[in-house]
Amino acid sequence: MEPDVIKTLIEAGIPQAKVEVVDTTGTKDHFSAIVISDLFEGLSLVEQHQTVYKAVGNHLTKEIHALQLNTYSLAQWAQHNS
Amino acid sequence: MELTEKIKSDISDNSIILFMKGTKDMPMCGFSNQVVQILNHYGVDFKDVNILEDPMIRIKLSEHSGWPTIPQLFVKGKLVGGADIAMELHERGELLDILDTSENE
Repeated sequence: MEPDVIKTLIEAGIPQAKVEVVDTTGTKDHFSAIVISDLFEGLSLVEQHQTVYKAVGNHLTKEIHALQLNTYSLAQWAQHNS
Repeated sequence: MELTEKIKSDISDNSIILFMKGTKDMPMCGFSNQVVQILNHYGVDFKDVNILEDPMIRIKLSEHSGWPTIPQLFVKGKLVGGADIAMELHERGELLDILDTSENE
């Protein structure tokens, strides 16, 4: 699977999210993603990751072997980079 | 249904439980190993369930938890997360608190 396809899935599931997806092994089945969205405000990390998993859907257990996630609300992202 | 009940009782009977690929002595996946190493770092006791022993465990577990990937770490019956969240909480210095609470109650 192409990283851009995953990016598109996440953006479709989480409108206005800022998404970066990287193929970490070059084998198109291990990915790392950063997702930044205001929808994450007030959610626990588990809930934030579940939101992304839901957007990616059943590709996760098929074409995708691993998807490493870092999720941030806008405030958390600002703090992360300060 | 029986397997789902077994998974639920394992989660409620063990204050810290890790569903993983392989065992804590011989992890079969880098992500599972990562969480084992973090838990060992804190020296906490935990139960390990090898999901490779029965392919239905993963299916029933994910139905129950709403979490699609392995490993899955539960503390006091609550899903803490997978490898990324365990690592992030560890780096933020928040994980020990989460693990400690379970031991005190």
